[in-house]
Amino acid sequence: MRVNLTVNGRPQQADDVWEGESLLYVLRERLGLPGSKNACEQGECGSCTVRLDGVPVCACLVAAGQVEGREVVTVEGLADYARQREQHGHGGHCATGACAAPGTSLQDARGWSATGTDSQTGEGTALAPVQQAFIDAGAVQCGFCTPGLLVAADEMLERNPSPSDEDIREALAGNLCRCTGYEKILDAVRLAAARQERQGEAV
Amino acid sequence: MPNPTGNPATPTPAGTPTQVTQGSRTRGGIGESTLRPDGTLKVTGEFAYSSDMWHEDMLWGQILRSTTAHAEIVSIDVSEALAQAGVYAVLTHDDLPTDVTKYGLEYQDTPVLADGVVRHHGEPVALVAADHPETARRAAARIRVEYRELPVVTDETSALADGAPILHPHRDDHHAGHVAHPNIVHRQPVVRGDAAEAARRADVVVTGEYVFGMQDQAFLGPESGLAVPAEDGGVDLYVATQWLHSDLRQIAPVLGLPEDKVRMTLSGVGGAFGGREDLSMQIHACLLALRTGKPVKIVYNRFESFFGHVHRHPARLRYEHGATRDGRLTHISCRIVLDGGAYASASPAVVGNAASLAVGPYAVEDVDIEAVALYTNNPPCGAMRGFGAVQACFAYEAQMDKLAKALAMDPVELRQMNAMEQGTLMPTGQRVDSPAPVAELLRRVKARPLPPERQWESTAGADVRALPGGLSNTTHGEGVVRGVGYAVGIKNVGFSEGFDDYSTARVRMEVVGGQAVATVHTAMAEVGQGGITVHAQIARTELGVTQVVINPADTRVGSAGSTSASRQTYVTGGAVKNSCELVREKVLAIGRRRFGTHHPAWATAELLLEGGKVVTDGGEVLADLAEVLADEAVEIEAEWRHRPTQAFDLVTGQGDGHVQYSFAAHRAVVEVDTELGLVKVVELACAQDVGKALNPLSVLGQIQGGTTQGLGMAVMEEIVVDPKTAKVRNPSFTDYLIPTILDTPTIPVDILELADDHAPYGLRGIGEAPTLSSTPAVLAAIRNATGLDLTRTPVRPEHLTGTP
Amino acid sequence: MDFLRPASWEEALAAKAEHPSAVPLAGGTDVMVEINFDHRRPEYLLDLNRVEPLHDWEVGEENVRLGASVPYTRIMENLRTELPGLALAAHTVASPQIRNRGGVGGNLGTASPAGDAHPALLAAGAEVEVESVRGSRFIPIDAFYTGVKRNAMEPDELIRAIHIKKAAGPQQFSKVGTRNAMVIAVCAFGLALHPDSRTVRTGIGSAAPTPVRAKEAEAFLNAALDEGGFWDSGAVLTPAIARQFATLAAGACNPIDDVRGTAAYRRHAVGVMARRTLGWTWEQYRSTGHALEGAV
Repeated sequence: MRVNLTVNGRPQQADDVWEGESLLYVLRERLGLPGSKNACEQGECGSCTVRLDGVPVCACLVAAGQVEGREVVTVEGLADYARQREQHGHGGHCATGACAAPGTSLQDARGWSATGTDSQTGEGTALAPVQQAFIDAGAVQCGFCTPGLLVAADEMLERNPSPSDEDIREALAGNLCRCTGYEKILDAVRLAAARQERQGEAV
Repeated sequence: MPNPTGNPATPTPAGTPTQVTQGSRTRGGIGESTLRPDGTLKVTGEFAYSSDMWHEDMLWGQILRSTTAHAEIVSIDVSEALAQAGVYAVLTHDDLPTDVTKYGLEYQDTPVLADGVVRHHGEPVALVAADHPETARRAAARIRVEYRELPVVTDETSALADGAPILHPHRDDHHAGHVAHPNIVHRQPVVRGDAAEAARRADVVVTGEYVFGMQDQAFLGPESGLAVPAEDGGVDLYVATQWLHSDLRQIAPVLGLPEDKVRMTLSGVGGAFGGREDLSMQIHACLLALRTGKPVKIVYNRFESFFGHVHRHPARLRYEHGATRDGRLTHISCRIVLDGGAYASASPAVVGNAASLAVGPYAVEDVDIEAVALYTNNPPCGAMRGFGAVQACFAYEAQMDKLAKALAMDPVELRQMNAMEQGTLMPTGQRVDSPAPVAELLRRVKARPLPPERQWESTAGADVRALPGGLSNTTHGEGVVRGVGYAVGIKNVGFSEGFDDYSTARVRMEVVGGQAVATVHTAMAEVGQGGITVHAQIARTELGVTQVVINPADTRVGSAGSTSASRQTYVTGGAVKNSCELVREKVLAIGRRRFGTHHPAWATAELLLEGGKVVTDGGEVLADLAEVLADEAVEIEAEWRHRPTQAFDLVTGQGDGHVQYSFAAHRAVVEVDTELGLVKVVELACAQDVGKALNPLSVLGQIQGGTTQGLGMAVMEEIVVDPKTAKVRNPSFTDYLIPTILDTPTIPVDILELADDHAPYGLRGIGEAPTLSSTPAVLAAIRNATGLDLTRTPVRPEHLTGTP
Repeated sequence: MDFLRPASWEEALAAKAEHPSAVPLAGGTDVMVEINFDHRRPEYLLDLNRVEPLHDWEVGEENVRLGASVPYTRIMENLRTELPGLALAAHTVASPQIRNRGGVGGNLGTASPAGDAHPALLAAGAEVEVESVRGSRFIPIDAFYTGVKRNAMEPDELIRAIHIKKAAGPQQFSKVGTRNAMVIAVCAFGLALHPDSRTVRTGIGSAAPTPVRAKEAEAFLNAALDEGGFWDSGAVLTPAIARQFATLAAGACNPIDDVRGTAAYRRHAVGVMARRTLGWTWEQYRSTGHALEGAV
């Protein structure tokens, strides 16, 4: 079957989709967006977390056919999404795609333009605050859980800009990490929240 | 970018790793918390893991696995599967191209595809390549395999019984000759002094029998990779592994190819923890690619992943500890039985570690130790973080607590009184010749203030997220009792027992854009631990550059050895340091040639490379590196080895078997809902000696991550194998549970840096030690809270509530 | 496999009538796992995501009419006053991502004894509104679960909504799992005080082939509360009453040993949860006399 959807603000079409395919498979294998990760395919790890019409979901449990006509934001589009939100003010919701950025093109995504970037500064790559915070706090080791955690953490900070530690833990309880013991992930989310707050005060 | 296939006709697959560069604004040498060079790629989703590899026109490989644990294969009929539209190949054992049909880390005992018999649940039987994963799955389901069930061997009793089925009747491995029974993979005694005689001096003797469950590495990135057939008849393999060259050595003979025609590149690795030391889909993907002439991708799902890699050895451990009334250990005797499952994997090394580290970080002169690993029809077990030492630590630390109780002593004091130190003789007769601050580590975790009581209480009532049971709302404080427990452990660093443990680093220095740039190329598997971060730091420190380029790991450079055994920073870090030093000498030689006449210091002073310049040890700048090198490039590829080790004597276990030891201590604070048997770990403090923290942030990450894996083993993680059928009962993340962020407490870490003068920069391997003592500390805390005798890990609610 | 995408409730019913074997797909939290793990290959998947009314709820005089696909997150956020037990249960479901997709209709359709909503529905009192092209009917929750993963629905029927009695008193829900989040129930217990009818209802999950009520425990407690005049006095419950209630609740279990827990543990834990949830709800009743949100 054919599925039309909008991913990271860009209309996409997938053809010859098998009816049992998940959104995750379509993103990874058909649309050249493998940032969402395939760690368990049973909704138990959160590595494939994307926003579906603004709501964080496990892409592995969404049937491809269910996303017809809907909006998806993946980790590849997170920086754009955060920038759009910033431009529309805090709390501004941009799930509709009306304010969406051009997003990652299929060709770019497939081309793996892994440019020489400097992670100390993120130079050459515009990052969402939560992405930068994950780098700075040492919250990334193998990085396989990172994309899902970033999407989940970014959405939590959108809803709850000053979360308590227990709030962070609850919001991220659906995202397994096997490397870090979560301490640095907590640090990263606290850091992103603090920077967000500071930025808010500065404005 | 160079074409990684070396074959201009083959397009480069999407996801092919590229260089990462770090430095234009980075100073960081060793000792600084520089950030990961791959961090930006990882947070943007651009970093390509092995499962992200993609190639135009690629096929999907699928593995048919045995549904039973021990059976003869009467027949395999692939005709129906082959007839499916979209299916390109179906392979069984009969299709293997050469006489080499087995592989293995230590013994070549593991069939690439089952040869007439399956020895464990989930053993690969046949392969399918098709144009879509669903086509491949449906075709695999149409392969008809007729099994004739055989009796299963599941434990020591059934393995060594008269008439027991022999798993591997024609063993020709190097341990086959000395084991008493062919179902024993390896046996290692360690005998020193006279434990029986010493026992007569003991005022108190405690014994215990302990059971350690089967843990899974549960790395998040599933086994996966892409094999691309090349026009020269070879194959390019992109895969997530821990040791490229070990894979290569096992893969090439099966394919009937010389090693230079199997070009391996490390793809992004989603965690490893030992689970990628053995091969998984590597040979299978190559076989299908060579057969079909098309690129073949294989990606396990989580279910398959539980069958696709070895697990941590479950163990039964029997211990006897004796002490004088004042708390001095008189003797320790123990017997450790490790279940290796159907194939050997790393079992011999696991036995060596368990035996040589069986008594823990304590000074005791009279010991009688025996460790064995068995062949059974259970899932194969092998490497996982801390192997051998982890199982032993759980038992000896439980014993130390038991002994303290029997002596009415403080458990930490008892440990400190018997703690080993620099100069202590190990049971193997090896003298510990670098700092061993065991007592100090314990002192530090004990001195830390305890976390406040009843943290769940808030003005709005009980916050269940801070209570045992968490969001499940099982208690608002009822039945909750706090407990505190301590443990300390010892782990060897690097490959032991006489293994030639070396690494190779190629370092290049040249001027790019007017600036001196170092390029580091090794085959080290970056599995998340941050090895590449450290390599960049070493290059900066040794070569005085800021800009460092890290090349993708591949087999175009010599072996780096395994990313395991806490060894990579030591050994490949050592190799990078060594190659940098050789490059520096060459650079200085060029400088002397070009500028030696300009300044006498070129000949007389100690010269350093700092800040992109050649400087004297007095700080005088002699030349800019860019001027020295001009258009010359200096490149060195060199191997580097740590001090040699010795094999353990097969009868006495004596020998200088280890190159370095690593120590960590934990204090666990738990709150247990004693009525429901649910546990909340409130704090898990760690103190560890790291020798020298090359990257303090990464050190913390390793310690906290290792600690959390130990926590999981204490309270939730276990692969459950049916004792009657030897089949796995919980191969999923629904029923194999690993800690969530709500299960993981704050993990304060106290880092000691006592240099080991034998190691590069004085560093100590750190990755594994925190996994050892975490589990027994949590168990000790639960015992402290409940008063129960808990002899098994993981502890389950039924163990705490007397409802088995 | 065919993927059916009805745009309306009527189209969905028609599709189900035409293809009674079609597997309804809403949050995907059960069905997609089975597909991903190759446990199930339905001939038809019937996507209900586009059927708008399934995502709505109405708060009436007596009941809440909860659309089958209202995600657990919405229940937690919006219905804590009306459906406190179910809101607590919803909060224990898997992960935030799953709670954003899954709804009570899926729990009922799968009818796994481990479904988190069941004990809360049993305790609150509910009816399942099912419909087919032949018409609609209401199945009392007590008659809904007919066996392990079986329910009282006909093959051509779909779940339209669940009518749940609005809370007139405190409700609680507890679930035991071996992890502090994202865990399938080893066993679970729901309890609702109904001061309007002066009755107590319960629900037990994962401790019998189907979700069940602890009817003997309820009967005992109803009688004890009545005889002791507790509803009027709001007096502290005697430990003996709580103990006996717990014992009877444990006795209502018919559990198995499985990889998640032993039968003996399940029975024990249900007793503990019964005693605790009774204590919490009764304390709340005493202090307020009327329904409140559960703790958390």
